[in-house]
Amino acid sequence: MTITAEKPTTAATGRPPVRRRRRSLVTWVRGGGLGALLFLLPMLVVFTAFSWYPIAESVVMSFQQTNLVTAPVFVGLDNFRTVLTDPLLWTAVRNTLWFALLALLLGYPVPLVAAVLMSEVRRFRGLYSALAYLPVVIPPVVAVLLWKFFYDAGPTGVFNTVLRAVGLGPLPWLQDSSTAMASLVMEATWAAAGGTVIIYLAALTSVSPDLYEAAEIDGASVWRKIWHVTLPQLRGVLLITFILQIIGTAQVFLEPFLFTSGGPAHATTTILLLIYDYAFAGTLGGDYGSATALSVLLALVLAVFSAVYFRLTRSWGTL
Amino acid sequence: MSWKLLTTGAALAVAATALAGCAGGDTSANGHTTLTVSIDPGLDKGAVAAFTTRVKQFETANPGIDVRTQEFKWDATTFTAKLAGGTLPDVFTMPFTDGRGLIQRRQIADISGLVKAFPYFDKFSPQIAKAGEADDGGMWAVPISAYGQALHYNRTLFTQAGLNPDDPPITWDQVRADARQIAQRTGQAGYAEMTTDNTGGWILTTLDYAFGGRTEQLGGDHAKSTLDTPQMTAALQELHAMRWDDNSMGSNFLYDWNGINQDFAAGRVGMYVSGGANYGSLKAQNAIKPADYGVTALPLTGKDAGVLGGGTLAAVSATASDSVKAAAVKWIDFYYMQKQTNQDAAVADAKATADSGEVVGAPELPVFDKAQYDQRMTWIARYVNVPVKQMAPYTDKMFDQPLVPEPTKSTQQVYALLDTVVQKVLTDRNASIPAMLADAQLQAQALLDKS
Repeated sequence: MTITAEKPTTAATGRPPVRRRRRSLVTWVRGGGLGALLFLLPMLVVFTAFSWYPIAESVVMSFQQTNLVTAPVFVGLDNFRTVLTDPLLWTAVRNTLWFALLALLLGYPVPLVAAVLMSEVRRFRGLYSALAYLPVVIPPVVAVLLWKFFYDAGPTGVFNTVLRAVGLGPLPWLQDSSTAMASLVMEATWAAAGGTVIIYLAALTSVSPDLYEAAEIDGASVWRKIWHVTLPQLRGVLLITFILQIIGTAQVFLEPFLFTSGGPAHATTTILLLIYDYAFAGTLGGDYGSATALSVLLALVLAVFSAVYFRLTRSWGTL
Repeated sequence: MSWKLLTTGAALAVAATALAGCAGGDTSANGHTTLTVSIDPGLDKGAVAAFTTRVKQFETANPGIDVRTQEFKWDATTFTAKLAGGTLPDVFTMPFTDGRGLIQRRQIADISGLVKAFPYFDKFSPQIAKAGEADDGGMWAVPISAYGQALHYNRTLFTQAGLNPDDPPITWDQVRADARQIAQRTGQAGYAEMTTDNTGGWILTTLDYAFGGRTEQLGGDHAKSTLDTPQMTAALQELHAMRWDDNSMGSNFLYDWNGINQDFAAGRVGMYVSGGANYGSLKAQNAIKPADYGVTALPLTGKDAGVLGGGTLAAVSATASDSVKAAAVKWIDFYYMQKQTNQDAAVADAKATADSGEVVGAPELPVFDKAQYDQRMTWIARYVNVPVKQMAPYTDKMFDQPLVPEPTKSTQQVYALLDTVVQKVLTDRNASIPAMLADAQLQAQALLDKS
């Protein structure tokens, strides 16, 4: 085994090229390579066992019919055919896109606005940050139970009582196909916004105060400072949080699973919930082949989307 | 010792520890067999104490077996995950509907040879035993209890609504009228329905049976879906009328089993359909006030109307070793069966259960015959602590009503289809019942053909 040392270029250093130094296995071991590898070993074992192996196994399983007890049978592309001809798939795709769109409209700007406002205040900024982050530390199941209570569709439900005070409602919230998905998005936004706020707040600290001072000298209003200084400076972070949001919403599962089980009448059945249903909902169904086939398809779509997105926006983040 | 050697040693130790964590087994150091048995989640202290007492009695009677307990209750949405993941206890319970499928797929252990040794083996009701039998007649899963569906009602809400709780409804027209009166006078749901996690299909099938319908027709190995029938239509129209014309079904149309029990016990639901022995769960898990509870026979209407009946099977994990299988069958006999077949065991179980404040005497159907049921009730009479009089409208009729088994082919998948139908009826006033049933029947037939 030989390892090649990194070679500095002439252009970068202005010095003549250094001759490549070849390292033997013995020098690698003496140099602490074995120790480093042993330190890495637990992590490699854990990742292999709990991440890489299951991913590879899932891909294999997508071509098999198996109940995970008896021997699997290879069925070629049958599972992919089953998934792609299932009418529920397109319902799930439509619902997932609807969730993503609503989450984008509601969930994307809310943390940004909150972070910008917090960065403008002089006092209690830490308190506001803590309050914004608080929902993130509440266990998701507890949060969903709490919101289920808020979403009581009766006239005495918490939200409906508030609406009645201003002459509105009552709304059916989770109990109607037309309002169920929006209700899930509201809770999901509340639960996740705190984390993004913290990211934005951290990014805002890196914006040079000189830019704001220059803008103020030019007579810029608060709005123009945000538009012409803050947002351009946050562009890189905004692009990353955008793609993370898209990937996150494409994999939405917790809310529809815990709030509605995909109902009413499949109005909140998302792609991940459908994957779960293929695998587990039939109790005896256990169609793990179709479940993994759909998982592989989703992963491919998201990988392609991410690659295209980063290619298209490569220059935007560094302008 | 050099720093490098020290760090290398530390890394090795960490790796070895991580790998050691993966090891496991079913035999303890003292040579005992370790058996994991299931206990219902969410039980109060008394129920847990009663269970622990039974475990100790079992360990005393079987010195070579160490029992561990694991919270488990069959749930449609998690069962397969646990089964596939190998995280079920060694002994677990499941509904009749899952027995044949799991046996055919060999997803549970074959304990037929061990079960044959039960002294009461030949006394199982053949119709009930079938749920746990393989094609060759071997019993892979033991029927431990059976039930018929019943109409549960809240006596306090009945009284508040000006209804006589001793005169519960005996027709579906009366159910509808009483539900409307409860909703109007108390503001609570007069009648509610489970709709999620396959329970919507389970209850809708119950209503279909009660209106004289059946959801499948068996002919040899072939099954024909019969969802799109006048009886099923009538059942859905009844729900539609209560929901949209009377507004008597409250505001929650996404109930699962736990959710509806909780709301019923809390006095937010006037009536609902569930298994006749449900009082035990309502008391142990939802702390229902006994004075609130009433149960009556399910109204039946039309020719061939019947009560959907099902039950619970005890099975053993497919991955269990021979010694664990043997221990598991002993546990099934000790914990689930002896209290039904042996006077001393029945009395001991009833006493321990009653002493811990748990329910004794909730109305179940027998897994053997009515004579056995009557005999057991005589044995445990002094420990019965359920409101017997309030259960009389059901217990007086439960053996007279025709019992119809749950559908046998793709049962849970068809239930899942029907979840959607019933949700649609309850959340969309303009839902077309004929169109939905025609579509559901097509989908169900595809599932039946596949199975």
